Amino acid sequence: MKHDFDVIVVGGGHAGCDAAAAAARAGASVALVTLKLQDLGTMSCNPAIGGLGKGHLVREIDALDGLMGRVADRAGIQFRLLNRKKGPAVQGPRSQADRKLYRAAMTQEITEYQRLTVIEGEVASLVLDGRTLRGVRFGDDAEVTARAVVLTTGTFLNGLIHIGDEKSPGGRMGGRPSIGLAEQIKSMGLATGRLKTGTPPRLDGRTIDWDGLEEQSGDDDPAMFSFLSSGPVARQISCRITHTNERTHDIIRQNLSRSAMYGGHIEGVGPRYCPSIEDKVVRFSEKASHQIFLEPEGLDDPTIYPNGISTSLPQDVQEAYVRSIRGLENVAILQPGYAIEYDYLDPRGLDLTLALKDHEGIFLAGQINGTTGYEEAAAQGLVAGLNAARFALGQDPAQLQRSDSYIGVMIDDLVTQGVSEPYRMFTSRAEYRLSLRADNADQRLTPLGIAWDLVSDARKRAFDAKLERIDAAREILGEISVSSRALNGAGIRVNPDGPRRNALESLALPGAGIGALTQLVPELAGFDPVTLEQIGRDAMYESYLQRQRKDVEALQRDESWEIPGDFRYEDLQGLSAELQGKLKRVKPRTLAHAGRIEGMTPAALTLILAHLRRGERKRA
Amino acid sequence: MDTIFALATAPGRAGVAVVRVSGPAAWTACEALAGRLPRPRLASLCRLHEGGELIDEALVLVFESGSSFTGDPVVEFQTHGSVAVVNRLLAALSRIDGLRPAEAGEFTRRALENERLDLARVEGLADLIEAETEAQRRQAMRLFEGDLGKRVEDWRARLLRAAALVEAGIDFADEEIPQDIWPEVAALVQRLIADFSAEIAGIGTAERLRHGFEVAIVGAPNVGKSTLLNRLAGREAAITSEFAGTTRDVIEVRMDLGGLPVTLLDTAGLRETEDVIEAIGVTRARERAEAADLRLFLGGEDLGISLQAGDILVAPKADLQPGGGGLRVSGRTGEGVDALLAEIQRELSDRLGATQTAVRLRHGEALVRAVTALDSATELLYMPEDVAELIAEQIRQAIRAVDSLVGRIGVEDVLGEIFASFCIGK
Ligand SMILES: Cc1cc2nc3c(=O)[nH]c(=O)nc-3n(C[C@H](O)[C@H](O)[C@H](O)COP(=O)(O)OP(=O)(O)OC[C@H]3O[C@@H](n4cnc5c(N)ncnc54)[C@H](O)[C@@H]3O)c2cc1C
Repeated sequence: MKHDFDVIVVGGGHAGCDAAAAAARAGASVALVTLKLQDLGTMSCNPAIGGLGKGHLVREIDALDGLMGRVADRAGIQFRLLNRKKGPAVQGPRSQADRKLYRAAMTQEITEYQRLTVIEGEVASLVLDGRTLRGVRFGDDAEVTARAVVLTTGTFLNGLIHIGDEKSPGGRMGGRPSIGLAEQIKSMGLATGRLKTGTPPRLDGRTIDWDGLEEQSGDDDPAMFSFLSSGPVARQISCRITHTNERTHDIIRQNLSRSAMYGGHIEGVGPRYCPSIEDKVVRFSEKASHQIFLEPEGLDDPTIYPNGISTSLPQDVQEAYVRSIRGLENVAILQPGYAIEYDYLDPRGLDLTLALKDHEGIFLAGQINGTTGYEEAAAQGLVAGLNAARFALGQDPAQLQRSDSYIGVMIDDLVTQGVSEPYRMFTSRAEYRLSLRADNADQRLTPLGIAWDLVSDARKRAFDAKLERIDAAREILGEISVSSRALNGAGIRVNPDGPRRNALESLALPGAGIGALTQLVPELAGFDPVTLEQIGRDAMYESYLQRQRKDVEALQRDESWEIPGDFRYEDLQGLSAELQGKLKRVKPRTLAHAGRIEGMTPAALTLILAHLRRGERKRA
Repeated sequence: MDTIFALATAPGRAGVAVVRVSGPAAWTACEALAGRLPRPRLASLCRLHEGGELIDEALVLVFESGSSFTGDPVVEFQTHGSVAVVNRLLAALSRIDGLRPAEAGEFTRRALENERLDLARVEGLADLIEAETEAQRRQAMRLFEGDLGKRVEDWRARLLRAAALVEAGIDFADEEIPQDIWPEVAALVQRLIADFSAEIAGIGTAERLRHGFEVAIVGAPNVGKSTLLNRLAGREAAITSEFAGTTRDVIEVRMDLGGLPVTLLDTAGLRETEDVIEAIGVTRARERAEAADLRLFLGGEDLGISLQAGDILVAPKADLQPGGGGLRVSGRTGEGVDALLAEIQRELSDRLGATQTAVRLRHGEALVRAVTALDSATELLYMPEDVAELIAEQIRQAIRAVDSLVGRIGVEDVLGEIFASFCIGK
């Protein structure tokens, strides 16, 4: 085995896989070390990829030629575009994945990378020279050297699994926790915190009475994740829906004291947006019933994932309440639900490349940073892996911004605000939501990917061709003029005596879609529908986008006030001790960055600005 | 950080003058001039010297950083209010190491930077310093006490609620959220529009209160306008004579009318005239009268100036001619003058909202931006298509506008404007 690499990635989960692949694409030699080879592409929880906000992340990963989108497309057994009736900016692609197909596709992708070696084993510690990384040490004391490491150990740091009042150490069901590494990280003076999450019992589909349960099928025209995929590969299936009832709730209420969450066995903070069934019953006691999606875990797998009833009740109670539910009267539980507590590292110790600020060569990605979800993990993995490679190869950092991507929003949120509960992506976190759409992720990011050497030739060619089609269509549409009377006649709300518009401007009118306009501009029929759709969406948001561009400019003005790394906040008289502490921890790069720190006051910003200006004047 | 100093009281001859010094070297400066540092917050009589020469005998007040106006260590010298003494003291201060004269508004700026005040309170302070009458003082005090900040918090909370409802419908569409959020969103938005509009409507008056109300006395030549003005003002402000057309310019008299700052305008007699100079006076009078907050029409309204709501009809020269429409007033004898003043005061007071908190044009502009955004949101609410993301965008705009009131965003611009309206030493 080779004993020296540019980059070592620890952990083969979602963050680890995309980190290793990105580092390899960026030109580094990479070792991906994980506890078990089957870890590659393992989904600890829900067998689904994407959703609102998360679907955006997957599209962005794909635009940078990451793995998750392609793998999810190959493993997808049901595709649905969420919010289909709402505007394109808030539509999110989501798929159900066959676990085995997902693992197989991921493993295949990883093994195709020439520069990437997968090593099965446990990393027991990092080898450091002061604050500089030299390599990693395995459980058996063997060492491998490297310039950079990406830690993506997920929930494995001091993981503790709870089923009722029983607890056992573990990173997830059937996985050992990483204790040695956790101890070392703590001894490095990194701030850690404790979070928790939970998962529902897995059911045996052969023991479910499916008759009469409402069916939920996929979309007729499935929206894929990858810009390079043309359609589903695997056979498509439906999910079914059932509901809890008063009897279910009674059983849960009577046994609350035996729940790990309610019995006081767990100290970590759980996600508010992903409550356990115990939480739902207690907090929303007025609701007589909660919806459960019964999602198959695979095409040739009888395991059913009941989405909506994650729990940490003892096994006998889980059995009792599950069997009170319609269709599940005789169900067999294959694996009980459980809650898991784990350590995370305060991400405010990281910079925008996800590198530890006061160390050299250590990058962190995924759940270890306090996030939850595969997509969040993979997106961070991509950025950390890319930057680990660039660091190892002596290149400039590659950073994403709030104004160019959801990934940029997420990373900025993490390193600026830190987390107080597991962090999940939502579209509402993105202030430039109307321009950061899932459909234009490639136009936003693929050029950056090309500049960073991340993107394959095939993707580059496809992307260039798409841009050419869009530009050509835009040019032609810009030259076609349409009268207001004609537009009005086509049912578009516009004053018939108004001015003539070109076809692009006409598209921007409220209620004007490609469909309505095609009647008036027959040339439209000559363009391919994807190109037209894209142009239509840009036009629809144009007036908002103009305003957002102004906001972005204002932001960039504040961004242009750089705060030196050695800025002495203790010299700012009148700054509260709390804010001073936050500022010292986050070390904001710019005035705009400082403004996003939670609890920041206008007065404090003014104070910083005044000092920056004073420095400016002195220099001038 | 520099230590700054300036005369804090009005320049010129007075009983006392206060020179304020703020910053890390303030106390050393005090020791240098007074030979000692008096106990903080205890007025002490000291002899101020420079180079062995006595400058003045002054009352010296020392404040620690925690209890001073600016948040810095502060020293205040209360000297005799002589121009020469003050100049000599300022010169002495400027020769002390680390001290420099304060820029316009710099003391307040430090108070802001040291989080002793927020933006709206700084504006309140500026108004308080400018206040000449009781109503102005009360309005400024409300702002200084942080009323606007409190109201912004309330608006913000309601906007955030509306935003949260819309966002929930977007981000949790695949989960179980309440069925119909739109009626609540619509209700929240409507009430906010109403609240903002009420504040906006009151800003004109609040602005007038800051600068003074204009009350124009209009009427035909020689109807007795100037006599009435003199009577109202209690002194000979306008030249009165028996001849029509004496008052060619618009004459202004500022007065405090039961706490309201009022500027009375005596306009040229309104008549057709051949005299070029008088004609200019007449035009100017018409314009000023139309723009004034209130008009007193002496002897009838048919003067080519339109009667606006609240205007007062006055029957002049009550001592000479019995009868006539309107309030009977005699500028010569003073008959009916008290009643007229009471009527003006009542009319203007009615216009002042007791709860008005937004008082500056800047506040008005921000609220107009918020209303525009919310109006668009309302329009979008009734579109047949689901445009939740656009509604959310408009609500965000409104939040940004409201935030700018207390300086939460756009710190730079807002500050620039605020500090431009300050003058040195405050
Ligand atoms: C019980 C449970 C319930 C969850 N529920 C949800 C949910 O409802 N919704 C949601 O969005 N997300 C949920 N998640 C989160 C989601 O699974 C994770 O966020 C995501 O998988 C994190 O990816 P990751 O790459 O950071 O870590 P993981 O996917 O956990 O991967 C970590 C990898 O690191 C390896 N590893 C650990 N330590 C070492 C070591 N010392 N040496 C070598 N290899 C090591 C492990 O073998 C593993 O392969 C849940 C997770 C769990 C465990």
